[in-house]
Amino acid sequence: MKPPPFRYHTPRSLSEALDLLRESSGDARVLAGGQSLVPLLNLRLAYPEVLVDLNQVQGLSYIRDDGARLRIGAMTRQREAEFSVVLAERCPLLVEALAQVGHPAIRNRGTVGGSLAHADPVAELPCVMTALNAELVAAGPEGERVIAASDFFLGPYETALDAREILVEVRIPSAPGPRHASFVEFSRRHGDFALAEAAAVLEGDGSCTGARVVAAGPAWIPCRLEAVERLVGGAGVARTDGAAQRDLVEEAGRTAEAAVAALPTHADATPYQRRLAAVLVKRAVAQALERWSRN
Amino acid sequence: MESELTDDRTDRRTVAVTVNGRRCTAEVDVRKTLADFLREDAGFTGVHVGCEHGVCGACSVLMDGQVVRSCILFAVQADGHEVVTVEGLGDEDALNPLQQAFVEHHALQCGFCTPGMLLAAVDLLKHCPDPTETQVREALSGNLCMCTGYANIVRAVRAAAPNVRSG
Ligand SMILES: Cc1cc2nc3c(=O)[nH]c(=O)nc-3n(C[C@H](O)[C@H](O)[C@H](O)COP(=O)(O)OP(=O)(O)OC[C@H]3O[C@@H](n4cnc5c(N)ncnc54)[C@H](O)[C@@H]3O)c2cc1C
Ligand code: FES
Ligand code: FES
Repeated sequence: MKPPPFRYHTPRSLSEALDLLRESSGDARVLAGGQSLVPLLNLRLAYPEVLVDLNQVQGLSYIRDDGARLRIGAMTRQREAEFSVVLAERCPLLVEALAQVGHPAIRNRGTVGGSLAHADPVAELPCVMTALNAELVAAGPEGERVIAASDFFLGPYETALDAREILVEVRIPSAPGPRHASFVEFSRRHGDFALAEAAAVLEGDGSCTGARVVAAGPAWIPCRLEAVERLVGGAGVARTDGAAQRDLVEEAGRTAEAAVAALPTHADATPYQRRLAAVLVKRAVAQALERWSRN
Repeated sequence: MESELTDDRTDRRTVAVTVNGRRCTAEVDVRKTLADFLREDAGFTGVHVGCEHGVCGACSVLMDGQVVRSCILFAVQADGHEVVTVEGLGDEDALNPLQQAFVEHHALQCGFCTPGMLLAAVDLLKHCPDPTETQVREALSGNLCMCTGYANIVRAVRAAAPNVRSG
């Protein structure tokens, strides 16, 4: 099918783009990589009057490390982030997740900000950004505001962004010490949206002192599993203690099952999907521990 | 405002895209996809249109050297850019090494998916000149072959790799 008619603008600056959004009274959509929005237009699931194309706006595509945090411009292409040397070194978890977003042709156009603003319930980046405690920076008519990932995703395809706001940057705080992480997903076909996925981030040097564990799939938004985090982060397991780690993984699996069952899961979530999410949490924890002990 | 929108031809632009080295100019609706521009205005019907929502890969082309789906890009977005379609890879008398390998390994049946497969393979071999079978499968995973001749397609891409490197 073909897209419905719309008016099309190509602002060169952020302020010009924000003006266009403000002037078009709510029925304008921002066009980033177009890899979710244009399919929706072609399928006639969206009928915006105005498209504000960000592809010619200067200064929204970058990856910077300022020591305290990594800053990624919203228009950074997913493929560029996937091959970024800075990210490979400073945030391999993000690279691991990016490689599982769709296919190369999708990632060549799709943007980091677009994936977060689109907020598909099983998209990789919202899950990973929640696990990394990221902050999202939105620019709007009243200036900029910073939104924690945990407050940003409100529901399926629903975020804290106002229709007149543009997501401009994602900030990933640097860990105080070493960080070891894993992202795993399961999809029916390679490159498809996942049925379920999990991210685990462990902190600590000689022993594990903190964990963030997030599952997505059975609920409408990625959810932290605090019971699993307390278990893994609180066990104080040593980096070299393989036996204790194996026991911890088993227990994490059991805890994950209960934690996923307690999530506010959506009506379409099948028992299989919940079971899968718990298994993936266990695998993510196991893989993060293994990476830590190999390091 | 209402009447402006019901007449969808009000928002038209002139776009100029370099396709296979040739400059193609046309006045188009802003909602015209790059795939339709390439087929209807530029005459490159090797761009095949299957699903029209980004899923099948048949419409894949290279834009500024990277494989993209032309059914979910607008022609206006390609203004000033360089596009390569399957017609730009080679011709009947001088096939590109990938095209040659597709012939030799029976990597096409009806041929509908073939242009997209070839262009996805071009992008792969640029990043990864000597891919493993897994890497080829991963790179082509977004291109669907309804005739399901995947095994031969993978074989052809791997067989072509050394010739693409030396060519
Ligand atoms: C075949 C196929 C497979 C895919 N598989 C996956 C997958 O496995 N995992 C996955 O996560 N994604 C997948 N995607 C989607 C892809 O990752 C998209 O790129 C992404 O969801 C949206 O990013 P975009 O830059 O393309 O945004 P667009 O499509 O341009 O925009 C998406 C939405 O976000 C809004 N938006 C975009 N940028 C901003 C901004 N800076 N500020 C405010 N609002 C903004 C738009 O207005 C629109 O509503 C797939 C897509 C296709 C076609
Ligand atoms: S026609 Fe473009 S991806 Fe199917
Ligand atoms: S050869 Fe027929 S679709 Fe692939």
